[in-house]
Order: sequence, then C-alpha cells, then structure tokens
Amino acid sequence: MTRSRYAYYPGCSGQGTSREYDSSTRAMCQDLGFELIDIPDWNCCGSTPAHAVDHLLSASLVARNLAIAEDMDVDGIITPCPSCLKNLKTTQHRMLRPEFHAEVQKVLGRVVRADLPIKSVLQVLVEDAGIERIAQESTAPLTGLKVVPYYGCIMNRPPDVMRFDDPENPMALDNILTAIGIEVLPFALKTDCCGASLGTTRRDVVARLSGRVLDAAAAAGADAIVTACPLCQMNLDMRQAQINKANGSHHRLPVFYYSQLIMLAAGQLGERIGLDKLCVSPFSLLSSLGSQTGEARS
Amino acid sequence: MSATIQTKSYDAAFVSAVRRESEQDLALCYQCGNCTAGCPVSFAYDFPVNQIMYLVQTGRKMEALSSHAIWLCASCETCTTRCPNDIDVARVMDVLRHMARQEGLVAEHSIHAFWDSFLSSVEKYGRVFELGLMASYIGKTGRVLTDADLAPVALRKGKLSFKPHDICGVAEVRDIFKRYREHRS
Amino acid sequence: MNIGVFVCHCGSNIEGTVDTAAVAKAAMGYPEVVFATDTMYACSEPGQAGIIEAVRNYELDGVVVASCTPRMHETTFRRTLERAGLNRYMFEMANIREHVSWIGKDRAANTNKAAELVMIAVEKLRQNTELTAGEFSINKRVMIIGGGVAGIQAALDCADGGLEVVLVEREPSIGGKMSKLDKTFPTVDCSSCILGPRMVDISQNPNITLHTLSEVESVDGFVGNFNVKVRRKAAYVDWTLCTGCGECAAKCPSKKTPDRFNEFVGTTTAINIPFPQAIPKKASINPAACLMLTKGKCGACVKVCPAGAIQFTQEDEIVTEEVGAIIVATGYDLFDFTKYGEYGGGRYPDVITSMQYERLLSASGPTEGHIKRPSDGKEPKDIVFIQCVGSRDKSIGRPYCSGFCCMYTAKQTILTKDHIPDSQSYVFYMDIRSPGKGYDEFIRRAMEEYGARYIRGRVSAIQPKGGRYLIKGVNTLMGDQVEIEADLVVLAVGAEASKGAPELAEKLRISYDSYGFYMEGHPKLKPVETNTAGIYLAGSCQGPKDIPSSVAQGGAAASKVLGLFSKDKLASDPQISSVTLQRCIGCAKCQSVCPFGAIEMTEFRGMTKASVIATVCQGCGNCTSACPQGAIQLSHFTDNQILAEVNALCPY
Repeated sequence: MTRSRYAYYPGCSGQGTSREYDSSTRAMCQDLGFELIDIPDWNCCGSTPAHAVDHLLSASLVARNLAIAEDMDVDGIITPCPSCLKNLKTTQHRMLRPEFHAEVQKVLGRVVRADLPIKSVLQVLVEDAGIERIAQESTAPLTGLKVVPYYGCIMNRPPDVMRFDDPENPMALDNILTAIGIEVLPFALKTDCCGASLGTTRRDVVARLSGRVLDAAAAAGADAIVTACPLCQMNLDMRQAQINKANGSHHRLPVFYYSQLIMLAAGQLGERIGLDKLCVSPFSLLSSLGSQTGEARS
Repeated sequence: MSATIQTKSYDAAFVSAVRRESEQDLALCYQCGNCTAGCPVSFAYDFPVNQIMYLVQTGRKMEALSSHAIWLCASCETCTTRCPNDIDVARVMDVLRHMARQEGLVAEHSIHAFWDSFLSSVEKYGRVFELGLMASYIGKTGRVLTDADLAPVALRKGKLSFKPHDICGVAEVRDIFKRYREHRS
Repeated sequence: MNIGVFVCHCGSNIEGTVDTAAVAKAAMGYPEVVFATDTMYACSEPGQAGIIEAVRNYELDGVVVASCTPRMHETTFRRTLERAGLNRYMFEMANIREHVSWIGKDRAANTNKAAELVMIAVEKLRQNTELTAGEFSINKRVMIIGGGVAGIQAALDCADGGLEVVLVEREPSIGGKMSKLDKTFPTVDCSSCILGPRMVDISQNPNITLHTLSEVESVDGFVGNFNVKVRRKAAYVDWTLCTGCGECAAKCPSKKTPDRFNEFVGTTTAINIPFPQAIPKKASINPAACLMLTKGKCGACVKVCPAGAIQFTQEDEIVTEEVGAIIVATGYDLFDFTKYGEYGGGRYPDVITSMQYERLLSASGPTEGHIKRPSDGKEPKDIVFIQCVGSRDKSIGRPYCSGFCCMYTAKQTILTKDHIPDSQSYVFYMDIRSPGKGYDEFIRRAMEEYGARYIRGRVSAIQPKGGRYLIKGVNTLMGDQVEIEADLVVLAVGAEASKGAPELAEKLRISYDSYGFYMEGHPKLKPVETNTAGIYLAGSCQGPKDIPSSVAQGGAAASKVLGLFSKDKLASDPQISSVTLQRCIGCAKCQSVCPFGAIEMTEFRGMTKASVIATVCQGCGNCTSACPQGAIQLSHFTDNQILAEVNALCPY
C-alpha cells in the first residue's frame, strides 16, 4: 500500500454531535497508516443551508477550504461526512465552468484551482488500504454481531458527482464489516433518506423516515445499525427515543459508526473510539459478544 | 384546485431564469412521476415534486415559488439519481428555493429561520456553534421547546459545547458573506 | 457537342432564392451549349417531355439539369435521356437546391453560385463518354438468416415462389421469440398453435434446407453471387439418426444446466430438446454442462439412446452455400434489466421479465403453466407489472419505444386473471401505445373486463419486505405516491438489437444504427431493403415490431427477392474502375485499399498487372486516389473529368 497523505476536512458536527465519529476515524486512519493533516483553520462548508440559499455562497465557503488545502503538500482531500463531501465535490464540479470559477474567486477573494481529488474516508479505505488489509488488522473479529449497513441518501448519489460505489446497492460498508467478522444482513433501505436536517424543524418527517429505517432493521433481525454519516447517526441514535414516542415503537438499537467497529475489531478500546458517546448504549450488546471475542481482545 | 388557467399566464422569463440558473432543460421532462415516486418527503408536500416541475414547465411562477414543497425537500438526491431523462431535479428545487427567498416568498417560516440561523452562526464564528444556532432559531420562531428533550443527553455525552469554536480566519469568512451579498444586490 | 441545359424552378423551392432564368441565360454563354431554358418542374411529365422535345429539336447529344440532388432524380433523368434515344451517361446534374437555394436567401449570391455549378457540370459533360452496362448471371437460391416468424414467413413465401431456400438459425430450433410466447395479442391465440404448423411446413418443404444450431461465418461475393460459409455447431448428436424420442433427456444426471429456452427460469438437462414443438425435433448437448464433455464421466444418454445417435466426438462443420440473395431476419433480444439497481439489479427472485413470466404462463414451460413465485413456489395474488423498463429512457441509452410492451402487458394481465381468478394485477404505465387493429379495444378489455388496475406513473424502487415486495410508485393523475405490496413483479422489458447483430452486419456489409438495429434503404419507402444490393431485411432486426408487422416484412422481403430473381441476368453498373495496362506498374496499392476485394493482381505478358473484377467493384474510387501512376480510373469519374470541373471553377 502506498503511503498516502491527505488533507482532512473534519466538518462541524465532528466537533459536536458526531465527535466520536471524528475521533474513531482519526484513530482508524492512523492505525491503517494514512497520514491525515487537518486543513488548518478550516471553515464550515455551509452544509444544506448554504446550497439551499445560494450556490455561489455555498461554493465560496467551500472554496476557502479548497484553497487552503491546495497550499498543503497532499494527495487529496478526505472527509468523513457525506454532506461536506457533496458540497466539496459539487463545488469542484461547478467550478469547471470558467464564469462560475471567476465569480467564486471574486467572492472568496483569492485564487483557487479546485483540482485536488476529493474522496470520502470510506472510499480511501477501500481503494488505498483494501479489504484484505482491514481484515488482517482485525485481531478480534466481531463474530456473532448481526448488523444492517445504512449508507444514507447522499454518500453515493448523485452518481456522476460522488463517483463511488453503486448508487442503488452500495457495498463498501458491507464488505468492510464482513471483513471484520460481522454478519451483514441484506437491507433494502440502504440509501433511503433518514430525514436529514428536518429533525429540528419537522420532527414528524424524521419520525417517519428514520422510523422506517429502524423498523426495517429490527424486522431484518439486526442487533445494530452501522452508519457512515453524522446526521443519519444522530437521527437514528439521539432521536431514537423521540421516534419511539412518535411511532409507538420500542426500539433499542445501537447505531454505530463503522470506524468504531473497525477499531473494536482491531482490539482497540478506549476514549478515542467513543462507544460511550452513543446515546443508545451498545455495551450490553457488545458484552454478549464478548464471550466469543473476549479472549482475542485480552 | 379548480382554477381555469389562461395560456397568457405562462411566465417565459421565469422559465428561462430557472433554466439558466439550474442548467436543466425541463422540456426534457415527460411527467413520468418517477421523482415523486421516490421522494421520501412527498407525504408532507403541498405539490408533489413532479407537479413542481410541471409548474416550471408551464411558467406558473407564483405557484411554484409560493409552495411549501420546495422548503420541505430534504435534498436527498433520489429524484436526480433516478430521473429517466437525466434531469437534476434536486438542483431545480434548490434554484426555486433561491428564487423564492429572493422574492420574499417563504412558505415554511421555521425552515427558513433554521437555515438563516445556521448561516449566521457560520458567518459569526466560521463554524457552526450548535447552541448559538438553537438560540437564534428559537428566537426567530418562538419554539422554545425545540429539541429540549435532547439537550440533557447531548450535554451528558459531551456533544454540545458551550463555547463556539471560532477560527482565526473568521474575518475571511465574514468577507465572503459580505462580498456575496454585494454580488447579489 | 450539342449540350442542352435545363434549370428547374422546383416550384418556389429553387426559384424562391435563385433567378433560374438568369442562370439559363448565363448557360447559353458556356462552350458547346446550344440550348438553355428554365422550367417549372423538370422531373414532372411535362418537364421530361420538354427535355425529350429539346433533344429532338436541337439534336442534343448531352443534357445538364440544374435542380435537386442526384440522389433524388438522377435515375429519373437518365431514363428520360434513354427515352430520347441518348446514352444515359451523357447526363450531368447540378445541385442548385440542397447546395444553393436551401442554404441561404441572398438571391444574387445564389444565382451566381448556381450559374457556376452549371458551368462545371457542362465542363464535366464535355468530358463524358458513353458507357454500357454489362450483365451477369444470378444464382436463384436465397439464404434467410434467422428462423423466427419473419424468417419463417420469408422462407415459405420464397419456397412457394419456386426458389431454393437455405434457412440458417442460431438456436437448435427455429421459432424465435414467438415460440416462447404462451398466447399472442390481440386474439389471445395460442402462439405455438399458430406458429407450429408453419414450422412443420419449413421442415417438410422440399425447397428448404434447414441449418439450425448454425451461424454465418463469412460472406463473400455480391448480389446474385454470394458465397456464404455457415458454421454448423456441434450438437454432439447425429441428427440423421436422432428420432427426437427424448429418452436421453429423461436420463441425463446433469440437471442444473441453465435453461435458455425457458429464459433461465428453472434448469434443464445438459442434453435436451428445447421444447416439445421444436423443429428440428432433435436433441443437442450443452458442452459446458455435460459431464462427459467436461470431465469424461457419465455417458448415460449413450446407454439409453435407441438410435445410437450420441456422438461426443462430433465437431463443428463449415458448410458453403452459394446464393443470389440474402434476407436477414435475426430478430431482437430483451433488455437486461439488471441495470436498474432500484429494481433489485437481478437479486430479487420474484422480480422477473415479461418473457420469464410468459414461460411461467405456458403449459409447456418449467411450471407446466402454473404461475408460481420463483422464490417459494407459491401462487401469487397481487402482481405488479411495470411498463417501459429499458424503453423511453435516455439515462440508460434507450430513448426509443419498443412498441409491443403495452400490448403484451395487457395480455399478461388477462391471462393472469384466467389462471388465478382471485388475483389482482396492477400496471404502472406512462402512456399506452396500441395502434394496431383491435389493439386499443384489447387494452380496454384488460381494464374493463379483467379488472386490471392501471396506474399512471413510474415506479421509483422495489424493496423486499417480509417475503413480499414493496413497490414505490406514483399516480400522477392525482399527484399521490402509491405503495403496493406485491407477491410478484413483472417488468415489461424493452427490445434491443439481437446479440451479435453488429458483427453479422459487418460480415454482410450492411449498415446498422447506434442501437444495432439494421438500417433500411429508406425509412419511409424502402423498409425491407438495405443499401447493399441483394441483401434484404425482415422483422425486428430492423427495429422492434409486433408479429403481424414481422410477418408482413417477411413476405415483403420475399417479394423483393422474387422480383430480383425474375430476370435471368442482372445489369452491372458501368461506373466502375478499369486499369490501363500500359500505365500499371503492378505495385498493388489499389488492391490494398479496395474495401470490397474487387481488384486482383494478374499476369500480363510476364508482368504483374492489376485487374478489376467488374461485378464486385462498387465504384468508390479509393483505388484511383491510391494509384501513383493514374493507371486505374473510375469510369464517369476519371481524373480528367474531375479536373475539367476544377479547372473551369478555378481559372487562375
């Protein structure tokens, strides 16, 4: 595996509601030999509100980060958050148009090339590290754990922007989780939307959409859901009680970030993995597996 | 709805503005409804997304920009991914949101308030300060109990900070907002 | 020479932007022009009569017509000249319509250009020589490639017309897609009942030679004299001995062989007869599935065959057939719906194609006509049909309508109700296309009498749910999302070009479009001819179509062949190359650039010289550009003739 250097764009939620995703991602990358250098003084990409208000504003906010990254000696930019990824990649794509590129530079107030490769952490894992490498690193495979992989709606869509994995039946998470000993159940709602940022303003939408994901996961016999998106994870985990109340359901499904599970399988525990940050506690589930994996871990 | 639509009510300037801003040609749409079929938030819309596209095709500007649907869209990209005519429907929805805002047509006040609170947080600190965002949102909407039930859990897990993380280059970010406003005026 | 010039108004088509009278006047000043006039419609009866009259009155020996493109009326005017007693090649056309009046509106500029085009036409005509067509004999045998309903109709019509027919079919049996159907619309006739007798006629007709499990290997020659090599693939069974008793299939232990005829629903044996009405009714072995051929074990079939017909050592055989014409009737294939990830990408066992459903409906199919879910064998109650899967879809490169899916879907809902009276069928459609006789009434019948629920809208996704499937569609007439839980989903897949169509087209040297459908000579007026002499089209290979249209085209192609063969000799085009031996240095550059293989190197007085095979040469002129000596010249387009035009136009 070639040693890769990446500019890391953590995204705003990585410091707040998804801090365990950020810390476990950093740990995972370090473990696998990726050099992550935070984009210094990065700013918010604007997420959904920026692109919903104005494309030039959204692009300009993104472009500041691209410009900073371009001065770093890196192979590309990676981020764990699909929404940030979509904004970064969409901006880069739109800036291929010279008039738009000029407008952005004017609003940004500096020159930016917008030509660095931009990928998700997941993509880099699959392409640079490879499934075999991840399997090798897992000294304590999580055998007996049954999960459904929930990719969320924008990680692989639209396909001509995101350009990674099958937009209707992505398999990156399935393959990685299988490689670390997990039983990945077939899941029809892999790319169905959880309700995204409507959780605060229209709780009923998230109750319905995320509720469906939880219901389907339970119906499939999953012990847990695995995600790769901070907003999906928050809607499914932090809002699980709200959803139960709204729908009359009684789910107690832990919702992991895939990076946490990779680290667990690599025998890593502790603060960086952030299992204690999950709202629906995973500990009874994990200890029920402990009898199978405990020896390897100790 | 039983209005008699006059052919004179086709707003050609609106149609070409949407085409220009979104780079999508809605003449390609044959109203198959695939976008609506896959839209996760359609149940909450006043007009399903294929009808929003139809309002654009037929130049019915006020109806399109006054709709609730354009605000409730989750930007999930399902419509864009599956459209048989390769129309980027999600992008058209974005453009309609931009136009509605510019014309002062805000059908969903709380969503508008949420986005504004988010962006003012970004403008102020360079990154989103969640508590500040919530405070601003509550201030604009009067919805005092919004996600009040989540606060204890979030705080306990250390997921909410009481201080913003502002960045050194926050002045650059504020300048971006300033120049963007000048550019658009 | 006495040259006459006729400048056509073409109504207002030309006269609208060109001053034709002025052009005629200018023409009178050109060398050897003794008569020039403008005329309303040169191609009309009075127009042509005017030309003939002028030829007689002014003793013209050459004519220039300034009008439309030669592709329109060159043949017309050449015949006019012959009626006037002149050689047809003492004629030139100046295209002042497509090349002048249709391009711009500047009358002065157009008139000037038209006058110049007439001038160079006159110069060319002055260099023309009289040419006479040769003739060659025709082999009155016809090959038909493809044994579906179109090919079958063509074969029977040709045979009835007294011709010897060779029918080549890729599958072990003829019958094509129609033999896979249970019933046909709009009469709900049993497909094999109406096709079967035709298939038997083919096998019994003494004029027809049948090669099945065969493909065309190569095609040489030209109209009237094609030499086709056909590869008869090994069936590993001697068909001269096989009686079609089927004992071999009953005993074959290799039961997991993919069943091609049944569209891969269920499996079959390695040795089998594809279906009960197969013609020829002979067994063949799938070599990839046969234990003897892959591992050297078994041989059960040999033990039970009463005719001793099994032959594991059989090899492919190349057979040469010489024919005078070829009809291509290679049919279509169905769109591979696994491209639609949102419909499961092929992973959901109860999401099937319309043709797979047809095999389930058929009494001779894998479930003996009982509709059963592939996953658990249970009878479905709620069945969803989705139209336009792989048709009218730009995003997957299939923007065209396949034309028959609306009809076959309605038929399938009717048959479903017959098979399972308490079932409910739902059809998601965008539009209903039912133009044929009784077609729209048939669709209405499905809705009105058989209770099929038609929903106007597409389906965004199919998701497995608790053993059934959740269909997420829309009803655009009310603007509602529609969710249906179904037991079985049937996708109305569209037609695409048959596998291997482009490769066959290359061998035949016929054109095909970007989808692989073969190109007809003219979209309106020549539906069954190609641009290659002697090769005709019939059926869905030219574009998706229903059975009556395929049958009609089969008959039409047969009539073209019978017309071609009604003469004993065919005229050869004299606009071909010929070699001036004194100039030829035998370098063979011409031979290497000839796309048709029309040039051979021969010996003349001990020297190597090029020689043109007159009947093969298509007059493309490649050789004339390649020849360093100017030794090979294309009659009617010689270097001197072309240079005369250039010199007239560029006098400085």
